[in-house]
Amino acid sequence: MSVLDIKNLEVTFPHRRGDFVASKEVNLSVEPGEILGIVGESGAGKSTIGNAVIGLLEAPGHVSAGEIFLDGNRIDNLDGKMMRRLRGRRIGMIFQDPLTSLDPLQTIEFQLVETIQYHLSLSADEAHKRAVDLLDQVGIPDPEIRVGQYPHQFSGGMRQRVVIALALCAEPEVVIADEPTTALDVSIQAQILELMKSLCRDRQVAMILITHDMGVIANMADHVAVMYHGRVVEHGVTEQVLGSPEHPYTKSLIGAVPRPNIKVNRFPVVNYIEKAGVPTKNIDIATHWLGEAIRHDKLDGPLLSLKDIGIRFQTRSSIFPSRRLWLDAAKNVSFDIEQGETFGLVGESGSGKSTIARLITGLHDPAAGTIYFAGENLTALTKKADILALRRQMQMIFQDPFSSLNARMRVKDIVAEPIRFHGLTDNKTETRQVVADLLDHVGLGAKAGEKYPHEFSGGQRQRISIARALATRPRFLICDEPTSALDVSIQAQILNLLKDLQDELGLTMLFISHDLAVMRQMCNRIGVMRQGVLCEVADTETLFKTPEHTYTQQLLSLMPNMDLLARDIDSTDRHPLENLPN
Amino acid sequence: MNSTEQATERQSAIRRLLDHDITYSFFRSKVTVIAGIVTLIYFIATLFAPIIAPYDPFDLSTVDLLDSQIPPAWMANGDPRFVLGTDDQGRDLFSAILYGSRVSISVGFVSVAFAATLGIFLGLVSGYFGGRIDAVIMRIAEVQLTFPAILIALLIDGVARGVFGELDREQYAFWILAFAIGLSFWVQYARTVRASTLVEKNKEYVQAARVIGIPSLVIMVRHVLPNVLGPVLVIATINLALAIVLEATLSFLGVGVPATQPSLGTLIRIGNNFLFSGEWWIAIFPGLVLAVLVLAVNLLGDWLRDALNPKLR
Amino acid sequence: MITFILRRVMQAFVVMLVVALLAFTMFRYVGDPINQMVGVETSAEQKEALRDRLGLNDPIVEQFFHFIADAAQFDFGVSYQFKQPVSELILTRMPATLELSLVSAFLALAIGIPMGVYTGLKREAWLSKIFLTVSLIGISLPTFFIGILLIFIFSVNLQWLPSFGRGEVVTLWGSWTTGLLTESGLKAIILPSITLGLFQMTLIMRLVRAEMLEVIRTDYIKFARARGLPDRSVHFRHALKNTLVPVITITGLQLGSIIAFAIITETVFQWPGMGLLFLQAVQNVDIPIMAAYLLLTAFLFIIINLVVDILYFVIDPRLRVERSGL
Repeated sequence: MSVLDIKNLEVTFPHRRGDFVASKEVNLSVEPGEILGIVGESGAGKSTIGNAVIGLLEAPGHVSAGEIFLDGNRIDNLDGKMMRRLRGRRIGMIFQDPLTSLDPLQTIEFQLVETIQYHLSLSADEAHKRAVDLLDQVGIPDPEIRVGQYPHQFSGGMRQRVVIALALCAEPEVVIADEPTTALDVSIQAQILELMKSLCRDRQVAMILITHDMGVIANMADHVAVMYHGRVVEHGVTEQVLGSPEHPYTKSLIGAVPRPNIKVNRFPVVNYIEKAGVPTKNIDIATHWLGEAIRHDKLDGPLLSLKDIGIRFQTRSSIFPSRRLWLDAAKNVSFDIEQGETFGLVGESGSGKSTIARLITGLHDPAAGTIYFAGENLTALTKKADILALRRQMQMIFQDPFSSLNARMRVKDIVAEPIRFHGLTDNKTETRQVVADLLDHVGLGAKAGEKYPHEFSGGQRQRISIARALATRPRFLICDEPTSALDVSIQAQILNLLKDLQDELGLTMLFISHDLAVMRQMCNRIGVMRQGVLCEVADTETLFKTPEHTYTQQLLSLMPNMDLLARDIDSTDRHPLENLPN
Repeated sequence: MNSTEQATERQSAIRRLLDHDITYSFFRSKVTVIAGIVTLIYFIATLFAPIIAPYDPFDLSTVDLLDSQIPPAWMANGDPRFVLGTDDQGRDLFSAILYGSRVSISVGFVSVAFAATLGIFLGLVSGYFGGRIDAVIMRIAEVQLTFPAILIALLIDGVARGVFGELDREQYAFWILAFAIGLSFWVQYARTVRASTLVEKNKEYVQAARVIGIPSLVIMVRHVLPNVLGPVLVIATINLALAIVLEATLSFLGVGVPATQPSLGTLIRIGNNFLFSGEWWIAIFPGLVLAVLVLAVNLLGDWLRDALNPKLR
Repeated sequence: MITFILRRVMQAFVVMLVVALLAFTMFRYVGDPINQMVGVETSAEQKEALRDRLGLNDPIVEQFFHFIADAAQFDFGVSYQFKQPVSELILTRMPATLELSLVSAFLALAIGIPMGVYTGLKREAWLSKIFLTVSLIGISLPTFFIGILLIFIFSVNLQWLPSFGRGEVVTLWGSWTTGLLTESGLKAIILPSITLGLFQMTLIMRLVRAEMLEVIRTDYIKFARARGLPDRSVHFRHALKNTLVPVITITGLQLGSIIAFAIITETVFQWPGMGLLFLQAVQNVDIPIMAAYLLLTAFLFIIINLVVDILYFVIDPRLRVERSGL
C-alpha cells in the first residue's frame, strides 16, 4: 500500500511565448520505508514534481492535469490552509543548500520548537526535549548546548543535519529531498546520505530523493524514475534500471557516467540533450597556425616544475601581529609535470588545488618556493615581455561556464582577444580565419562567432572557453574543474574534446577535480591534496589499486559504488532525437 | 557578408529588440508607457521651447507691466493671450514654464552626467584595485553619506558665494549649481559600481583575461565597465528626478539659478509670495509641471529597476 | 562587542576631525573674516590689531587647534550678520528644529513601516496598489511644493490651520521653548510636520517593501513554508526580523536627513529653527554660522550612526558571536 500516489501529473508554467510544460504524464508511487529516486539532467522537470507534491510551485506554475494522493486522499486540490496542515506534519521537505535553508536570526531551538509546537500539541518543555532528542538522532554532538545556538555556528554538514531534523520533527510520512547533498563535500555527502537512509528505514518514512547523481541513486534508491524533458522515460527497481536499461536515453545516460573502476578511452556520447558537435572542416595540424605548439623542441626535463611552493592568506587582519590569523592554502608543494602528460590534482573544497592553478598562471604570487616552466624560473623573471611570452604558453579553462565569458562581447571577439593582444597573426584577415577555424575545431562551427555567450548552453560555452584558451597556442593547459558545473552527458562530450585536442596538439595538461571517477579517465598521474598539503603523488592506476596515504584510502572508500550500473553500453546504439516517443 | 544578408541581419536585430524582455516589460505596463510618452513630450517641448513658446520671457520689450497678474484664460478676467495667466511682472506663465523646464532639465542632466562620471571612475578604481585606495575613497564616501545631498549642495553654494562674490556667482550660477548637485550624488554611483566591480572582478572571465596577460587598466575598461553599467543606468534615471527636485528646491530657497534665468523652482519661489493675495496660479502651475515631470522620470526609473533585476523576471 | 563599539567611536572621532577641518578651512579661507566683522571706515592698522587679537596671525595648525578647542566648548565665534555669538543664536533656535524633526520622524516611521510590510506581503491587494501610487507621488512631489499645496488648501482656502510660525510657545527648564503644550503650538506644527515627514515616510515604506520582497524569496522562508508554519509566523518572526538590518541602516540615514530637510520646511512655513538660520547664513555668506551648523549636524548624524551600529548587535547574532568570540 503506497503512501503517496502521483497519477498522470502535469505541471504547466504559463509564459507569454507559449506555456511551458515542466512535467507531463508522470505516474509514481512510494511506500513507507522506501526510497524512490528521481534522476535526470538539468531541466528534466524533477524538482517540479517535488514542489507540486508539497504544494509550493512557484507562481504562475500550477498542476494542470492529474492527481496526487496521500494515503488515498487527494491533496493536489486542497486549499491553502488545509495544505499547510499537511506540510511539515505529513510531508516534509529537505532543500539543497544548507547554508541558506535556516533563518540566520533565530536559534535552532526557536525554529525547531516553533515547528514542533505548531504541528503537535506539546508543552514548551516537551517540545524543547523533543528538539534536543531530534538533534541527537541526526547525529549532532552535545545537542543540549548546540540547540541554543544560531545557524552560523554550525558547519555546512551539521546544518544539513539540522535541516533534516526540522523536516522530520513532526513525524511526516513522506519526505522529499531535493538534491540534499549536492552542495556538500564527498566525505560529508556520504555521512548525510547514510543518515537519511537509516532514518527513512527506522521511521518507515517514504522518501523521494531528487538528484542528478547516478552514484547517489545507485547507493540509496529502491526504485528509480529516469526523467527526460518532463517525462518519466523509465521507471523500476534500481538494479533493473541501472543494470539493464531499456530506454535509449537511460542507456546513453548511464554510458556517459564516468566509472571509478574502469578506464575508457573515449566516453560513449549521449545525443539527446544536445548534439555533440564535430569539426566540419579538416585542418592539417602539422602546417596550420594552431599546430605551432606541437612543433616546439622536445625538452630534457619536465615542462612544469613546482619546488616547495607555499602561499598563505590572511583570514583576520589586526594591527597587532599576534592577533592576525593566516590560512595556509599551500604548504611545501612540489611536483613535476612531464611534457605531454595529464597530471591530476584531486581534493575536497578548500584543499588548495585551485590555488595551485592560480599560482602557476600568475593570478597569485607564491610566498615561498619556485616555479619552473620549460626550464625557466618563472618566479625570478622580472622583464614584462619575458613573463608575457611564457604566460602565453599556459592557459586555463575555468569551472563555471556562465561566468567565464564576458556577456557583453561577441564570441568571435572573445576568442580573438588573446590573438590580438599577443599579436599572433599577421593581419586582420588571418585573425578572422583563425578564429573561425578554432570555433569549428571545438565543434561549434564558425558561424557561432557572431553570437553572444548567453545564446549558448553550458556545454557550448565551455567549448568557447576552450577555443579562447587555445587561441594563444599554449603548450600547457590547466583545467580547473572544467565539467563539474555540467550535466553528465555534456561532461562526456567535453572530456572527449579535451582528449582529442591533447592528442592532436600535444598539449600538456594539469587537470583539477574533486571527482575521482573523472580523474581516472583523464590523468596519467594524480596528486592528492588536503588542507594545502600534497599527500601523495602516484600513477593513476597505482593510486587506485594501491593507495598509500590514509587520506587517499579514505577518499577512495567514499566513492559511490557504481557496480550496479550497466558496464557495456553499446556506444553504437545512438538514437537520434526523432526516435524518442513523444 | 553581402547587402541582403546585412539587411536581414539588421531586421532580425530589430525583431530581437522588440521581442526582448525589457521591451516587453515596457509595453506591458500602461503606466510606464504613459510615463515614457510624458517624458518624451517634456524633452521635446523644452528642446524647442523658443519655437513653441508664444512669448520670450527674457525679452523685456514684449513684457508689459500692465499685463501683470492676469489669471488663467478660462477664469473670469482671464486673457486668451495668456493661457496660464501671467506673473507679477506681466510675463506669460506658459512661456516662462517652458523656459523654466529647460533650465531645470539641463541642470538635471549636467549634474547627473558629472556625478555618474566621477562616481563610476572612483567606484571602478576602488573595487578593482582594493587596498588602500579603496579604503580612502570609501571612507570619504561614508563621511559624505552622513550628510544629505541638500546640505552639501547648500554648503557648496555658500562657499561659492564667498569665493566668487555675488556678481560673478550669477554668471556661473548654472555651473555651480550643477557641480554642487553632482558632487552630492557621486557616492551612490561609486558604491554601486564598487559593489558590482567586486562581484565581476572575481568572475572567471576577468581571471581568464588576466591569464591571457591583458593589463589591469584594459580589463577594467573593456571587461568590467560594460558589465557594471546596468545598475548605473537605474541610479542615473532615479537621480535625474532627484537632481531636478534638488535644483528646484535650491532655486526655491533662493540659492539656485538667478531670477534673470528662472527655473521652475524660481518661478514657484516668486509665486509663493502671491499665494495669500489670491494669485495662486503663479506658484501652483510651475509646481504641477515640476511634479509631473519628476513623477514620469521616477516611474521610468522604477520600471527600469524592475526590468533589469534578474531576480524579478 | 566592546572593541567594535570602541572602533566605531574612534572612527566617528576621525570623521568629526575631518568635518572640523572642512569647517575651519571654510571659516579661514572663504572671504576675509576681518572684512566681514568691521565696517568700511576701519583703518588698516585697526584691522591688523584685530587680526592679532583674534589669533589670525598664529600658525595655521595652532589656529586649527584653537578652533577645535573652542568648538568643543560650544564656542563658534560671532555671526557676521547678527553680531551675536553663534552658539547663542543656535541655542535659541534648536528646540524648534528638534521638535519639528522628532514629530516628523515619528510620523514617518509609525506610518511608513506598517505600510511597507503590508505592501510587501500583499503585493496584489488593491490597498497595496493605492499605497504604492501614493508613495510614488509622495516621492515625486518636492518637499517645498507639498508645503505650498498644504498651505494653499488648509490655510488659504479652508483657513483651518496657520501657515507660518510656531504658535504660542512655553519655556521649560529655563531655556527650552516648546510649542507642543499649547493649542496654537500644536495646530502650528501639523502642516510642517506632515510636509517634512511625507517624503521620509514614502522612502521608508518603499524600502521596507523592497527588503520584504527580497527576504520572501530566500530559501529559509521557502523552507519555513515547507514546514507548514502559518503565515503569521513566516511573515513576522522570520521575514520581518530579517528585513530589519537594512531598514535600520537606511532609517538612521533618513532621520539624519530630516534635520537637513527641515531647512526647506522651515523656509516654507517661516518656522523659527536652525534651518532658517542656516539658509540666511548661506545667502549672506555668514561663515561662522555655516561652520557651526556643519559641525553640529555632523555631530548629530554621527550619534545616530552610532546608535544604528549598536542596534545591529541587538538584532544580528552573526555579528555578536563573530566579534565577542574572538
